[in-house]
Amino acid sequence: MTRPAAVSRAFPSDPFRRNVWPRIAAVALVLYVIYACSQLDVSWDRVQTGLQNAARFFARLFPPNFKRWDLLTKGLSESLEIAVLASTLGIILALPIGLCAARNLMPPWVSWPARLLVVMARSFHPVIVAIIFVKAVGFGALAGTLALTVASIGFIGKLFTEAIEEISLKQVEAVRATGAPFPSVLAFGVLPQVFSRFIGFATYQLDSNLRNSTMVGIVGAGGIGGTLFAAFQRFDYDFVCAILIAIITLIMIGEVLATAVRAIFIENATFFDLLRPGGKMRRVRHTDDD
Amino acid sequence: MATVVHNAIGDRIWRRFTPAQRLSRFVVYLVIVAAIVVSIQTIEVIPEFLADAPEQVVDLFARMWPVDFAHYPGSVHDALIETIHIATLGTLLSIILALPVGVLAARNLVPFAGINFVAKLVLVSSRSVNSLVWALLFVGIFGPGALAGTLAIAFRSIGFVGKLFGEALEEANAGPIEALAAAGAPWTSRMTFGYWPQVKPAFWSIALFRWDINVRESAVLGLVGAGGIGMTLDSALNLFQWNRVALILIAILAVVILAEIAVTQVRQRII
Amino acid sequence: MLTLRNLSKSYVAGTPVLQDVNLEVAARGITAIIGASGTGKSTLIRCINRLVEPTSGAILFENQDLARLSGQALRNARRHIGMVFQEYNLVERLTVMENLLTGRLGYVSAWRAWRRKFPPEDIRHAFELLDVVGLGGFAQQRADALSGGQRQRVGIARAVMQEPRLLLADEPTSSLDPKTSVEIMELLATVGRSRSIPVLVNMHDVELAKRFADRIVGMRGGKLVFDGIAADLDDAKLTMIYGGEGWLQ
Repeated sequence: MTRPAAVSRAFPSDPFRRNVWPRIAAVALVLYVIYACSQLDVSWDRVQTGLQNAARFFARLFPPNFKRWDLLTKGLSESLEIAVLASTLGIILALPIGLCAARNLMPPWVSWPARLLVVMARSFHPVIVAIIFVKAVGFGALAGTLALTVASIGFIGKLFTEAIEEISLKQVEAVRATGAPFPSVLAFGVLPQVFSRFIGFATYQLDSNLRNSTMVGIVGAGGIGGTLFAAFQRFDYDFVCAILIAIITLIMIGEVLATAVRAIFIENATFFDLLRPGGKMRRVRHTDDD
Repeated sequence: MATVVHNAIGDRIWRRFTPAQRLSRFVVYLVIVAAIVVSIQTIEVIPEFLADAPEQVVDLFARMWPVDFAHYPGSVHDALIETIHIATLGTLLSIILALPVGVLAARNLVPFAGINFVAKLVLVSSRSVNSLVWALLFVGIFGPGALAGTLAIAFRSIGFVGKLFGEALEEANAGPIEALAAAGAPWTSRMTFGYWPQVKPAFWSIALFRWDINVRESAVLGLVGAGGIGMTLDSALNLFQWNRVALILIAILAVVILAEIAVTQVRQRII
Repeated sequence: MLTLRNLSKSYVAGTPVLQDVNLEVAARGITAIIGASGTGKSTLIRCINRLVEPTSGAILFENQDLARLSGQALRNARRHIGMVFQEYNLVERLTVMENLLTGRLGYVSAWRAWRRKFPPEDIRHAFELLDVVGLGGFAQQRADALSGGQRQRVGIARAVMQEPRLLLADEPTSSLDPKTSVEIMELLATVGRSRSIPVLVNMHDVELAKRFADRIVGMRGGKLVFDGIAADLDDAKLTMIYGGEGWLQ
C-alpha cells in the first residue's frame, strides 16, 4: 500500500498566538507607576522614614486603652442610631422612588425624574454630603443621618430599579388577567420576583451605613468618627486603637446579623437552623460594595 | 409538612410559614422596630437647627454662586490629577496585596481552615475600617501627603478585592482542575491553567469596579490631610470660600462621571 | 356565550393583524383556533380579555361589550375569564398554593391578599382542585420546582379557581411533549364539561385539535377562513388555512 503524498502544509513553529496588546498594556502600566510615583513624591527614603515611624506608631497603639469606656460607647451608640435611622428612612424613600424609576412599569415622564434623583443621590461621597448637611442643620447626628439617607436612596434606589427591570413580565401578565387590582398585581406579580434581591441589598446597605456612620463624625456629623478624630489630634493613640477595635467588632457583628436576616427571609430559615453547627446558611451574593 | 394541617373538623388548612419560621420572622421584625424606636428617642436633634435648615441651605447656595471657575487652572487641576494617581496606584497596590490573601481565603484552593480563617479576618478588618480612617492612620505614620492617601486606598481595597476574588475562586468549576490534577499538573500549573482563565473576567470586573469607587474615595481623603483634591476642599472650607468650594465639588463630580464612562468603555472591550 | 363583532387590531397602522373578525362561540365545548404563526391567533385570544387592546370592534360577553370597559369594570369582567398560557406564567418564586390563590385576587381585597388571609372556602377549593389535576401533595412546593406538565396543571387550576364563565388558552400545549399535551387537553376538556363553560383554545397541532375540539376555526392573514367540525378538515381546507403543500403528509 502506498502512502499518500505528504500534505505540504507548513506548521507555524510557534503554535501559540501571541497577543501583542496585553504586553503593551503591561509595559504601559509599569511606566505609569514609575511616573505617578515621581509625581506623588513617593521616594524610597520617604517610605523608609515612614516605616521607622510606623514601628514607633504601632508601639504607641498597643496596648489599647479602654479607660474612656463611656465616651467610646456613647460614640458607638450614636453611630448605631445614625445607621439604623438612615437605613430605615433610606429604604422607605427608596422603594417608591425605585419603583417609579422602573422603565418597564412606568411611563417616561415618571421614570426619568426618578432616575435623575437616584443618580444625583449617588454622585457625591457621603462625607461631602455630610459637610453640606452640617452647614444646613448644624453639627450632630441629624446631619449624619440625613447624609447617609441620601447615600442609601442612591444605592437602594438604583439596585431596586434594576431588579424590577429584570423581572419577567409574563408572570405579571397572568396576575393581571385574573382581574386583580393594581396593588395585588404588585404584591403577587412583581414583589415575589424582587424580594430576595431586595433583602440582600437592604441588609448590605445597613452594613454599609454602619461603616460610614463611623466616619461622618470626622466632619462633625455625629457618631464615633468625631471621638476618633479628636483622639488622633491629641495623639491619644492607645485610645485610637481601642476605638478601632470597637468599630471593627461592631461591623463584624453587623455582618453576622445581616447574614442571619437574609437566611430568615430569603431561605425561610429558623433560629434552630442558624444555630445548628455545620448547617450553615448559604452565603447570599452581595451585589455591590463600598 | 407543617404548613398543611387538618383543623378541628378535618378540613385541610394552609399556613404560609411553619410556627418556627413565623417566630424567627417575628423576632427580626421586633428587633428592627425596637432599634428604630430607641434610635429616634435617643438621637440628639436640636429643633431650632431643624427649623432653620431651609434658610441655611438657600444661604449656602447663594454663597456658592457665582462659581469661581477662574480658580481651576491653579491648584484645583493639579490636585485632581493627584487624586487620580492616588486612586490608580492605590488600586494597583491593593490588587497585588489582595490576590495572595484572596487565594488563602478560598476553601477550594487552600483547604486549611485555620489559614482560611486568618485570611478572612484580614479581609474583614480591611473592609471595616473606612478609607478615611486608614488615611488618618497613615498620615500619622508617614506624614501628610499623597503617600498616606495611596496606602489608605490600598489597604481599604484589599478587603473588597480579596473577598470578591475569593468568592469568584470558590465558585470556579472544579471540573477542569480535576482534569489537570489527573494529568499530573503541579499546584502552580493548576492555578494558571485551571483557575485563572475562569476567574479572569470576574477579576477585571472587580478591579475596574474598585478603581471607580476609589476615585470617589480619593477625592475626600484630603480632608484629613492625605493628599488630593480633598486638601484643596479642606482649605476652601476653612476659609469659607464657598465659590471655590462649589468649583471643587463640580470638578469632583466631573471626574467621577468621566471615570464611570471610562470604566464602562473598558468593560465593554475586555469582558 | 361570546360574540366577536368586526374585531380588528393593527399594531402598526396600515398592517392589520386582525381584520374584521366575526365569531360566535357557543356556550359549551372546545373551540380550537388553528393557523400558521403570525396569523393573529394569539392576538385574537388576548383581545378578548384585553391583554391586547383591540383597534376596533366589539366583544360581547355576558351582556357587556368587553372592548368598552375600563378600570374596575374591566377587572370585574376579567374575573370571569380564566386564561391558560403557553409558558404557564406562574409566579415562579411563590408556592403552588399561592399561585392557585392568585386566581382569587379579583375577589379578595388587596390588603387581605397581601397578608395571605384568603377565605377558607377558597383554600378548600384549592386543595380539591389540586386533587382533580393530580397534584395532590404539591401545595407547598415552589412553582419553579415543577416540571412543564405539572406547571401547566397548576396554570389550569389557577384559571379554574376564578370560577370562570369562559376559559381561554393561548397555545397551552406548545411547550409540552406529545404525551403531556394530550393529558393537558383532556384536563381542559374535563374542566369545560364539568363547569359547562366554553373553552377557546389556540393551537398549532392540527391532530390534537381534531381529536379534542368540538369546533375548529381556521385563520389566515388575520381573517377567519374556515369554520366547521374536525371531519370537514380535509387536505384542501388545510392548504387554504396554512398555505403551501409541502408540510402535508
